[in-house]
Amino acid sequence: MTQGAIGVETLHMTMRFGAFTALDDCSIHIKPGSFHALLGENGAGKSTLVKCMMGFYPATSGEMLVDRKEARIDDPKAAHALGLGMVYQHFTLVPSLTVAENLVISREDAPSVIDWRAERAALRTFMEKMPFRVPLDRPVSALAAGEKQKLEILKQLYLGRRFLILDEPTSVLTPDEADEVLGHVRKLCADGAISVLMITHKFREVTAYADEVSVLRRGKLVGSGKVSDLSHADMAAMMMGDATLATAAERTGDAGAPILQLQQARAKDRSGLKDIEITNLTVHAGEIVGIAGISGNGQMELMEVLTGQRPLEGGTIRVKGAPYGATRQEAQTHSVRYLPEEPLQNACAPRMSVAENIAFRNFDGAGFWLSPRKMRDHANDLVAAFKVKTASINSPMQSLSGGNVQRAVLARELSGAVDLLIISNPCFGLDFSAVSEIRARIMTARNSNTAVLLMSEDLDEIMELADRVMVMSEGRIAYDTPIAQADIATIGHHMGGHA
Amino acid sequence: MTDQTASTPLVTPSPNGFLGMLARRSEAVILPLAALLVGFAVFSIFLLLQGKSPTEFFALTYRAGFGTAFSWQNTLSRTAPLLFAALCVALPARLGLVVIGGEGAIVLGGVAAGAMGALLAQSSGLIAVPMMVASAMIVGGLWIGSVGALRYYRGVNETIASLLMAYIAIALMNHLVEGPLRDPASLNKPSTAPLADNLRVGDIPGWEVHWGLAFAVLCCVLAWVLIEKTTWGFAARIAGGNMRAAQVQGLPVGRLIVGFTALGGALAGLAGYFEVTAVHGAANASLATGYGYTGILIAFLARHNPLAIIPVAILLAGFEASSGLIQRRMDLPDATTLVLQGFVFISILMSDTLYGRFKVFAPERWRSA
Repeated sequence: MTQGAIGVETLHMTMRFGAFTALDDCSIHIKPGSFHALLGENGAGKSTLVKCMMGFYPATSGEMLVDRKEARIDDPKAAHALGLGMVYQHFTLVPSLTVAENLVISREDAPSVIDWRAERAALRTFMEKMPFRVPLDRPVSALAAGEKQKLEILKQLYLGRRFLILDEPTSVLTPDEADEVLGHVRKLCADGAISVLMITHKFREVTAYADEVSVLRRGKLVGSGKVSDLSHADMAAMMMGDATLATAAERTGDAGAPILQLQQARAKDRSGLKDIEITNLTVHAGEIVGIAGISGNGQMELMEVLTGQRPLEGGTIRVKGAPYGATRQEAQTHSVRYLPEEPLQNACAPRMSVAENIAFRNFDGAGFWLSPRKMRDHANDLVAAFKVKTASINSPMQSLSGGNVQRAVLARELSGAVDLLIISNPCFGLDFSAVSEIRARIMTARNSNTAVLLMSEDLDEIMELADRVMVMSEGRIAYDTPIAQADIATIGHHMGGHA
Repeated sequence: MTDQTASTPLVTPSPNGFLGMLARRSEAVILPLAALLVGFAVFSIFLLLQGKSPTEFFALTYRAGFGTAFSWQNTLSRTAPLLFAALCVALPARLGLVVIGGEGAIVLGGVAAGAMGALLAQSSGLIAVPMMVASAMIVGGLWIGSVGALRYYRGVNETIASLLMAYIAIALMNHLVEGPLRDPASLNKPSTAPLADNLRVGDIPGWEVHWGLAFAVLCCVLAWVLIEKTTWGFAARIAGGNMRAAQVQGLPVGRLIVGFTALGGALAGLAGYFEVTAVHGAANASLATGYGYTGILIAFLARHNPLAIIPVAILLAGFEASSGLIQRRMDLPDATTLVLQGFVFISILMSDTLYGRFKVFAPERWRSA
């Protein structure tokens, strides 16, 4: 079905949005059959580049060569016709349909009346030629994340695509699954079936699987070369430029008294069909407990239980020995603070101003009347102290970039004494410098004797920050180990539920 | 701990200056105004299709609604219930709830006031009037407050619930005024017993408009103060801006929702009280004239700002006041005003997607060099 890999080249690609240049004179060359990694921080222009290549955006200037011929790509359909395909960060499969049905409906020429017998036979022959398979009659909802990602790639091959753009394809996979999927992709490239351009943040994946790498920074191509010639430090230096990272504070002091204690805490999960149950979880003062796990294993529900959004069906939650129900009063008495993931959606009112959002935690300190002057001064102080970049403190929160939203929320939640900090995926979608700054602040809080519960899907983050690592799987704590004995492979197996 | 005593502002309060602020504020005025004009334009096409003249329509509306002292009086008398009805939409809207059943609270508030007035006909006004006001507000508050409670504690859609409960309220009113509460003397139009003169509400001296208008305007101002200047209002805006964020902050979201819906309902009940005591003199089917529904349009046009509700309500009251004259002069059916309201409403709802789209309104554009 595929006639082999094709090469793609962009020449002086530039994309402007109004006065803002998202992509500046970017020329990259992906050779036929190569596995090319595209590195860059958030906002560096990676997605703008691939969206221009796929015809989602009309580039302001610049050209594209597909298979060494000049190509005009005005819309995704034109890109598909030339054999270009894209696999998105999140799945684009219909969960209630089977694998076979998903494949057939993805075709642009899918007939109005489908001859399933013939289609199934064709699909079986197609699958037999593939280096990896997914069971055709299984509904997609019953597939594990790794299998879904394999199916996304198979779908592109089935559609006859010869050049694939993968947008952070492993962000929802366990390390084992990621290795398997990328291994297959690499083999497809080596066999000359496809060429691949993969957007990623993970150096490990670049080194292990890619042949070549291009690095974008602020819309410009700042470096490219063979992966074998570059070290992680070289790549990081290219991504970062001259920006300096806030260095993580040293870990000082030992764990103190228990602050947060969960015992036999039970709650319904999102579907309402299964329970999550935390038999025993204790976080001490001056300690970071990291909970690793693939998304959808009950972390979100646990966060909701701790923030009072989901009722407890049984068991107890105690903070400093007292029963805790997450009311505003209790949170204030015990100095409990929360940093939910995706702060704009979970911790802010997007249309309210930065100053108002910063006032969420203490606006009611002075009784019935609001004090706008105090709110403004407080916001000005915190915006300066936490280096929140905003046009004005009166700008709506949603006009800020992701990193600055997170800084504003950190400013709100980390000012004053904090005894217990409950965090979920604090660095989702943030750029390098914001990430290291935010991690440094979490470490500083720990060192000043705050008890920290950190739920994260980013294993590296947990390995960097945690004193104790737990793995959550199927709504339970499946594994618990001090950081000194933590080992990525073992943790990975527990995440996948295979241990 | 950040030291709050260092008082030198590190960021200037408004780097975009006066023009920037003006640009940001004017968006909330210009867009609804433009939407209103678009609604008028579409309505004009509707008139032209029927061979009627839009110019004549708007000229007549102006004359009948705002042209003379008499027409102003007519318009302002209709404004009072519209203000209350609009508040019943705007207050829950600050919590992100779309409550469209204010009509039910108006109707039942009116019945409660009428029934209480009949019951206390023998007592002095000093006792009866507060009791009538309280009963109207309590009934209205319970009616719409229960919509909020159903929403928060049971997940019932508040829009549908409030609309359906308005029908129940009207049916209840019909049942009560035709049954248990009926004054045997009311033959053609079943009503509660007529109110004693000392229980009726008179006109504002020198205005020939009843006191309901003054109270309604006062309530708009108080509602604005509640929302903009108090911690309760701020908490409600947080919950309306993002329910989840409010929960994470431990705010009592359930109490806020029930409280604000109940307050809105209580105000709508007050509209019923004034309709009964100042206009009709008894509770009867005339209570259900659609003020509650026009109030929805007013609140949306005013972007749920209680102060903006005042001029918008006057405008819409003018259209309602002129519908009689339009009917007679232009030979158009009564429902024409509803068609106009419908077009304006659709246009207003569509304009909501345009906020932030126009660069003229961006404060940064007006940054002084």
